[in-house]
Amino acid sequence: MKTPTFINVHRLKRLPAGTVKQLALILLSILTLFPLYFMVTNSLKERDEFFNNLLGLPQNPIFGNFTNILQHPNLGRWFANSILLTTGSVLLCTVIAVLAAYAFAQMSFPGRNTLFNLITPLMVIPPIVMVIPMFVLFRQLRLVNNPGGPLIIYAGLMLPFTIYLLRNFFITIPKEIQDAALIDGCSGFQVLTKIYLPLSKPALVTSIIVNAVWVWNELLIALVFLQTEELRTLIVGITTSLQKRFTLDVPALMAGLTIATIPIIILYIIGQNALVRGLVAGHDK
Amino acid sequence: MQQSYQSKYTAYLYLSPALLLIILVFVYPVIDLIRRSLTRVDDGVISWTGLIAYENALRDPIFWTSFFNNLRLFISIPILVVLSLVFSSLIFERTRGWRVYRSLVFIPYVLAIPVVGIVFSYILQANGVFNQILRSIGLDSLAREWLGSSATAIWAIMFVVIWKELGFGIVLFLARMSSISEELYDAAKLDGAGWWQQMVYVTIPQMTAVIEFYIIVNMITMLSWVFSYVLVMTKGGPGNSTWVLEYFIYQKAFPYSQMQIASAAAVLLLIFALALMFLQARLRRQAEGVEA
Repeated sequence: MKTPTFINVHRLKRLPAGTVKQLALILLSILTLFPLYFMVTNSLKERDEFFNNLLGLPQNPIFGNFTNILQHPNLGRWFANSILLTTGSVLLCTVIAVLAAYAFAQMSFPGRNTLFNLITPLMVIPPIVMVIPMFVLFRQLRLVNNPGGPLIIYAGLMLPFTIYLLRNFFITIPKEIQDAALIDGCSGFQVLTKIYLPLSKPALVTSIIVNAVWVWNELLIALVFLQTEELRTLIVGITTSLQKRFTLDVPALMAGLTIATIPIIILYIIGQNALVRGLVAGHDK
Repeated sequence: MQQSYQSKYTAYLYLSPALLLIILVFVYPVIDLIRRSLTRVDDGVISWTGLIAYENALRDPIFWTSFFNNLRLFISIPILVVLSLVFSSLIFERTRGWRVYRSLVFIPYVLAIPVVGIVFSYILQANGVFNQILRSIGLDSLAREWLGSSATAIWAIMFVVIWKELGFGIVLFLARMSSISEELYDAAKLDGAGWWQQMVYVTIPQMTAVIEFYIIVNMITMLSWVFSYVLVMTKGGPGNSTWVLEYFIYQKAFPYSQMQIASAAAVLLLIFALALMFLQARLRRQAEGVEA
């Protein structure tokens, strides 16, 4: 007797290989996009419709959930906090990393390789490990419940990756260019700003996008170091306050999540290639 | 020689902001944490306690629950490797629409874990979409509150972690595949190798380094980057069934204020993470030794 499995396998084999591959990729795409579909479609439904029609498109799409949630007294503030914290920490980290990467790439000094080889493995230290000592220290320095606290921690946590990425790009710039500029009377700092930075645009864009996505999405540090309602970041605000407050009003919660996701999707659309390049850097050979 | 423009100390000047920040954010916390795990403070008097805090952490059954949950999450690693290999090769073969697929599959990786976690907690709840789909295809008996039962909650979290991390593996493997020499595939095809044989005899051997890198990255992820999933989806529950080491440290340090035990547990977590890193360095050296 033929088992059903046997029949299925048999049929599958007779399908053209291209179709099987297409089906597999379509299935993967549906699974990948489904949570986003669920979030966006339900943010456009009335609360009653949500209970009766979980899966379908909204029958009468409404934007009421968005206007409702935008009236939340702190949402705008959280959004601004996230923008400021992301911009500030990424900027600070990039400036400091550029200086260090330039030294590692183009200057010779005792301990250069040892130091560089000590910095890159810092990427594996779990952030929770730093949280306790930093919390105690920053409480004494009045940097808890102060956006400056997480700004410094984020910039520091991003440094090893950023230095690593920029240094590896800087060493590909021929030293002759530097020598020529020096002969023309440029100072070392001018060589960095006038030659290295313009030539390194791809690497800079990559590190900025990778880091910005990370800071925007970060939860643990923002949760521990910014505890007052007005200081929260958007991600923490949504996870703590909104999740509690709107447990029964799922469409409103979904609207909040959609708002928090829009900046990331925009960054992804603009910088997809730079982002992917940064994350796979060094592993394509 | 040509060093004239650069005084001996210029390099250190350029490095100093980075070094200061690294000392503040990495070096100081690690030293302070170790000190904190070995001493206690009573009314400003610091006294040496030896390894008592470590003993207390290791005697706490919830520490072990947490540790074993991290280990359970490691089961996702072979799944991620296999799925990444299969889908990256499908995209690599320029299956129609491959550019679109490549862009789509990476999206979960850039989304915020809290957002993803909340959305999935609604999808997976008792009357959620996932159970509705199961019921509609006649699998009523499988439907359950996935995050609300201690038998399934950690596996449901693992499913969401896989959903989120898969895109990185696909894109990473795809980047490596693009640089494998076409000639190897041509030779294999001449010898009559099919899709599966090309995968086993050409693709995978060429990709050992990147697969190993992906495995180590995921081990570090499953050990030290899963806090947000747990906090958002289950808050460690039901009971303590979904605690992980990060959550243990966080709970001891903040709500419970048992800083010393938290510090000891954090040092143990750090040791696990460093052990994984040395393992990777060792494997790499071995691999290079074989090639040389």
